[in-house]
Amino acid sequence: QLYYQVLNFAMIVSSALMIWKGLIVITGSESPIVVVLSGSMEPAFHRGDLLFLTNFHDDPIRAGEIVVFKVEGRDIPIVHRVTKIHEKENGNIKFLTKGDNNEVDDRGLYKEGQNWLEKKDVVGRARGFLPYVGMVTIIMNDYPKFKVCI
Amino acid sequence: LRKNVEDFTGPRERSDLGFVTFDITADILNGKNDFCSIFDWNVKQLFLYLSAEYSTKNNALNQVVLWDKIMLRGDNPRLFLKDMKSKYFFFDDGNGLKGNRNVTLTLSWNVVPNAGILPLITGSGHVSVPFPDTYETTKSY
Repeated sequence: QLYYQVLNFAMIVSSALMIWKGLIVITGSESPIVVVLSGSMEPAFHRGDLLFLTNFHDDPIRAGEIVVFKVEGRDIPIVHRVTKIHEKENGNIKFLTKGDNNEVDDRGLYKEGQNWLEKKDVVGRARGFLPYVGMVTIIMNDYPKFKVCI
Repeated sequence: LRKNVEDFTGPRERSDLGFVTFDITADILNGKNDFCSIFDWNVKQLFLYLSAEYSTKNNALNQVVLWDKIMLRGDNPRLFLKDMKSKYFFFDDGNGLKGNRNVTLTLSWNVVPNAGILPLITGSGHVSVPFPDTYETTKSY
């Protein structure tokens, strides 16, 4: 009986893992689902919203798109809008971002001396979203004791 | 959708800085000539932005957002803006604005739903703005 339960549990966990890995492959993004962590894109996105991303290599980055990026050396994904792009003929692109709710662009968030973002900094483009669903992750991060409860 | 502009440029730290003033007259429709229909039950807000697109010697494609506005559900979907100045500095990456005859201004918007897909739509109608060949040395902006 216990054997059955363990097997059942293992199957559920591995199915979840397969779905997650499958999503990573399909969307081309290392992190196809992210939670919005700050209020810098209000009133469009609030803390706790869930975003679905794609990161197809051939998808051009265009002004006005919402991208999720990571600053080199930091692990926190940032969700902001692209506000300027300068693209060369060979496809090399450098771009600037800004949160809708912020007064200034993101240069203050980039690495010291870094003035532009590049394709390699992008985790993905926001394609769809669900409100509130990501709150669980935020609560678990802010109150680690809660994690133990679950 | 109509825009009129006048402009002049000035160099700043070896990069061209452009100044544009514009009018926007727009009815945000849903392509069906149905007034107000873009704000359906699943639309939370529209994020509108005016972007300038152009090519330079340095860069094959440049896009700069000059102005944006958040239009919430319930706001008047008609825009009558006159003599607006760009909200953001229109810097080029280099000196590509001087004498550039073909800078295109387009109004686009991001439909933000209550839940679901985030489409980006470009308005029909755009205006080409030629930049002059000389720099202005005094500016009263």
